Amino acid sequence: MEAIFFIILSVVAIFSGLMVILKKNPISSILFLILALFTTAALYVMLAAPFIAAVQIIVYAGAIMVLFLFVIMLLNLNRIDEGRSTVLKTLGVIVAGTMLVVAAVVLRSVAIPADSAFLRGVGEDYGTVETFGRSMFTTYLLPFEIASFLLLAAIIGAVVLAKKKLD
Amino acid sequence: MIISLNHYLVLAAFLFCIGIAGVLTRKNAIIILASIELMLNAVNLTFVAFARHWGDVTGQVFVFFSMVVAAAEVAVGLAIIVVLFRHKESINIDEVNLLKW
Repeated sequence: MEAIFFIILSVVAIFSGLMVILKKNPISSILFLILALFTTAALYVMLAAPFIAAVQIIVYAGAIMVLFLFVIMLLNLNRIDEGRSTVLKTLGVIVAGTMLVVAAVVLRSVAIPADSAFLRGVGEDYGTVETFGRSMFTTYLLPFEIASFLLLAAIIGAVVLAKKKLD
Repeated sequence: MIISLNHYLVLAAFLFCIGIAGVLTRKNAIIILASIELMLNAVNLTFVAFARHWGDVTGQVFVFFSMVVAAAEVAVGLAIIVVLFRHKESINIDEVNLLKW
């Protein structure tokens, strides 16, 4: 059952990923990106990470994608993009293909320990908000606070950049 | 068939390479940003798969932080695109070669 779900989700994810880079209309590209992000959220649920899945849908599929669509529609950028010249396109696909081959070779040659929690299964409390929050607010409290500063800097940066005129 | 770590890693590698191809083949700056999001997402999937593999929730915490960074990156990136459009009336990255030698 799990295998069937995984295959369906990965086919949808790869298809929508390809559509993101193949569609000529930016709006449909972004809509396919939303589909790809949703399928990844479903995969997170399969990996016993429901909190991350929820954050993925709220932050990515909700906030970030609305931002993308707003910018496209605000600037009226809904134009056909034919992409780069054929030579550059071929080169780009070759680079990406080489990367994939390298990844495949590495994955085949590295021995992943057989003792995996995939087989053993994880406890009831794995990946719940409680364990996640306990880890984040004890061990990783400092990175959490720094992340808030990063977001503040990003907000100020975005406002300053997008302002019409600086006085 | 038991779905194990390897299946997730292969899927993430595919998504990452699709992202690379998108960055290298498209001219529209927004689609390039979207492809970068796709690559970040593939890496997040790897993190969560490894977290599940080791039965340790730390990988998920790291994914949370990488999402924060992605959100910040998109906000600033889209602001730069807006400014770019005001100056050039286009977001074709081939026309943005001010910093090129």
